[in-house]
Amino acid sequence: MKKSNLTIAVLSGKGGTGKTLVSVNFAAAAESAVYLDCDVEEPNGHFFFKPEITSEETVSAKIPLIDLDQCNGCRKCVDFCKFNALAFIKNKPVLFKDICHSCGGCVLFCPQKAISEEEKVVGKIQSGMSGQVCVHTGCLNTGEASGIPIIKELLKKSAAETTLPVFIDCPPGSACIVMESIKDADYCILVAEPTVFGVHNLKMVCDLVEVFHKPHGVILNKCLETENPAEEFCKEHHVHILDRIPFDSKLGTLNSNAKIAVRENDRYRELFSALLNTVIEEANHEAVADPQR
Amino acid sequence: MKIAIPMNEQSLDADVCPSFGRAPYFLFYNSVTEEAYYLDNAAVASQGGAGIRAAQVIADHGVKALLAPRCGENAAEVLSKAEVFVYHSIPGTARQNIEAHLNNQLPLINEFHAGFHGHEKK
Repeated sequence: MKKSNLTIAVLSGKGGTGKTLVSVNFAAAAESAVYLDCDVEEPNGHFFFKPEITSEETVSAKIPLIDLDQCNGCRKCVDFCKFNALAFIKNKPVLFKDICHSCGGCVLFCPQKAISEEEKVVGKIQSGMSGQVCVHTGCLNTGEASGIPIIKELLKKSAAETTLPVFIDCPPGSACIVMESIKDADYCILVAEPTVFGVHNLKMVCDLVEVFHKPHGVILNKCLETENPAEEFCKEHHVHILDRIPFDSKLGTLNSNAKIAVRENDRYRELFSALLNTVIEEANHEAVADPQR
Repeated sequence: MKIAIPMNEQSLDADVCPSFGRAPYFLFYNSVTEEAYYLDNAAVASQGGAGIRAAQVIADHGVKALLAPRCGENAAEVLSKAEVFVYHSIPGTARQNIEAHLNNQLPLINEFHAGFHGHEKK
């Protein structure tokens, strides 16, 4: 089926800039929407949406299963493993399951075909409704090396959605797990705070979305009357500024009480609705301008 | 017998490095020939599993005793399977620690920490 909806990813170079604030309020402003919490190490969108959980599925990753009788001790698997998940002791490989990133390289490299794969549960996805917003929350089990298998499963829900807008609350930073979260997005929103540290991290995510050729714009959060290093960075590097969210105690109070500003406060309903329209227009414009994207 | 020590500098008169997996160098000392050599620790820049990689190097070099102030659980598993004993080092230089070990003054480490994993204690 042809997709007529937009997938919008919200990301930032560091934690605490307002990714969840923006993605939750966008989904709430859209009224009917899909919200994917890809911040699987500490998902928190559900604190705001408080969905009634109607389904829960476990997510597994593949880890190597070594047949030591078949192994001839060539050590190729151990030398290949960039994650140091395999040690080589007394001429046999020893697997550290918690370190394995499920890349599958050792299976491919084993000349004896002594390595197969088995499933290991690494987390779960909880799904439920909050008003007209369908909330999917990815949860990585404590101590697991990578949340990517969970994000892949979450994105299948986005791919299956053909009409409603999808909002992706990304993990912080610009590592593999963020790349995985934005790869299917039509538009990326970068949330930045007005600090020098914020600028450093904004630059990292700007570089990332450019590598991925994603149309993008910045929301400046926690804006004060005083100078804003993030705003200066955007102007200097011609990065599009979508809007400014004020450093407002009313918004902070709503947020710290796990309330969705759009559902509680007229001013913020208007702000996020207008902002959402801007983003939809820009994203559609980009899609027309570059249909190959 | 071959002894290994995590080091900040390549000198017998330098102090033992407080970290095992992330130490910049390893000292290898042969107590029979009294010869010493140093290796860069390739695990120092690992994203994860540094302890495993470092322990692998120690095991590959046929070390029988590792002298370190502490050691993580994963490294301890590799070392124990490779039959390397881990002894608690004392504050001071590599030379002082080798002497103490050869005089049976260093106790075996029997508590291994679960790893700092990006939350390094300074």
